[in-house]
Amino acid sequence: MRKVTSTTVLVVNLLILSLYPLFVQGTSLSYTLRLGGIVGLYVLLALGLNITLGLVGLFDLGFMAFYAIGAYSASIFSIGGWNFWYSTLFSILITVTLRLLLGAPVLRLRGDYLAIVTLGFGEITRLILNNWDSVTNGPKGLPRVGESISGIKIWNFELTENIHYYYLILAVVFLAMIISKRLENSRIGRAWTAVREDETAAELSGIPVTRVKMLGFGASSVFAAIAGSLFIHWEKFVTPESFTFWESVLVVSMIVLGGIGSMSGVISGAILISGIPLLLQVLLGGDFISYRYLIFGITLVLIILFRPQGLVPSQRQALELGEKDSK
Amino acid sequence: MLECHSISVSYGKKIRVLSEISLQVTQGEIVAFIGGNGAGKSTFLKTVSGLLKVEKGKIVFEGKEIQTLPAHKIACLGIAHVPEGRKIFARLTVLENLELGAFRERDQLRQRLEKVFTLFPILKDRRSQLGGTLSGGEQQMLAMGRALMSEPKLLMLDEPSMGLAPKLVEKIFQTIKEINSQGTTLLVVEQNAHQSLAIAHRAYVLETGRIVLEGSGENLLHNPSVQEAYLGGV
Repeated sequence: MRKVTSTTVLVVNLLILSLYPLFVQGTSLSYTLRLGGIVGLYVLLALGLNITLGLVGLFDLGFMAFYAIGAYSASIFSIGGWNFWYSTLFSILITVTLRLLLGAPVLRLRGDYLAIVTLGFGEITRLILNNWDSVTNGPKGLPRVGESISGIKIWNFELTENIHYYYLILAVVFLAMIISKRLENSRIGRAWTAVREDETAAELSGIPVTRVKMLGFGASSVFAAIAGSLFIHWEKFVTPESFTFWESVLVVSMIVLGGIGSMSGVISGAILISGIPLLLQVLLGGDFISYRYLIFGITLVLIILFRPQGLVPSQRQALELGEKDSK
Repeated sequence: MLECHSISVSYGKKIRVLSEISLQVTQGEIVAFIGGNGAGKSTFLKTVSGLLKVEKGKIVFEGKEIQTLPAHKIACLGIAHVPEGRKIFARLTVLENLELGAFRERDQLRQRLEKVFTLFPILKDRRSQLGGTLSGGEQQMLAMGRALMSEPKLLMLDEPSMGLAPKLVEKIFQTIKEINSQGTTLLVVEQNAHQSLAIAHRAYVLETGRIVLEGSGENLLHNPSVQEAYLGGV
């Protein structure tokens, strides 16, 4: 029963989201398409981090580092003349490699210690981006004067308007949702669940804990790299400013407030947390603009008070042996 | 089936917990391990299942040296370890717990499930309940059931009677005998020396990391020094 309803909800939402631009394009509301795209990127990041944090239960406070690595490597490739597909592909490769290199020593740590190390890595990455002038052009960002990042071309169609990117990001988010769901219900997803619940018991059940953790850690960075590449091909500009610790915290809050491990929760969390400040910024305007984080903060406190399990608490689907008769 | 050749285990560099333990477990036996707190009983099981590494010595399971293998590979060879404190997946349902026990061997899942349910009918009634909401005894049964889902050749139980009501203790030991009668070899670590010696074919008495006595369960049960130390005298 529940499954049918959630599919219906998904289809309805998707329909609304794909028809929405047709109504607002060209009107004074067309800026919402841009906001929608940005929110979409956050949803993508949140879905990615949800694998690490929600499914495998690893507390990662430096996720933005991998968004940054994805964005910067895609920029460098794009400036070098590669098209969107190649630069994305290779930025994924680089991001995942670095993620696994970090994971190999760090995944031995648990809980708080893992959070501290990933936090440190996030800051180190930002500082390197800020100071490695010859490659990243430091705080001035990429591209340098005289260089440019190409747009995205799908077959012969060049994406130029915000509405194009809105649709592209919508499609990617949808794909990411399907992949997330498939991963969650797969064998490896079950292993993640076991590791999250009790590492020793998982190991004793024959689950190769370290390998399984590495897989989850790596998989989440693929999402970050894709989001990074989409971001720079759309913005055509990147500075280290976009990847502060604050951003990592935001993505973690999206997951925690939405409902750890719950896909619909994480998506709602991402839409809420990235969307509300953006919308408030536009709506409040003028003098009130500085109140937006106050309102935002109050919203977060209210959510924690009234929905401590998150907006949409995780309802793990019954595993293979799930009851047929009891529902 | 399982042979340990003078294995020694230490925590850190200095604290030696097991020294020169040599023993064997033969197919079809129930072997009990008794001893007081800190004797090294749990450490021994953890070493066999690969959670801890030996400092020296060899562990041979069915002709294969396993002391260097990681725990998950040892589990796949057919050694199931029900750790102390049960370690069930508290936020998963009973059914999911059981299914994860069969993570490696997935054929005939339903038949195996039926077997576990026959052994522990209560788990069938509780199947969609979360593991953490079960009572202590039920959790112990779940932990044993989960281990049995992998159809182990050797089942190692760490303090299966810990913290349970006397009636349940009885039930657990009966089940151990039943599991054994279906062909599974068992290694049981216990503080409850009386019960475990009563069902064990053979037993070892462990004191501060050394085996001080061995013999049939029956013999040890009537051994004066065992009686004095572990059975509260007579």
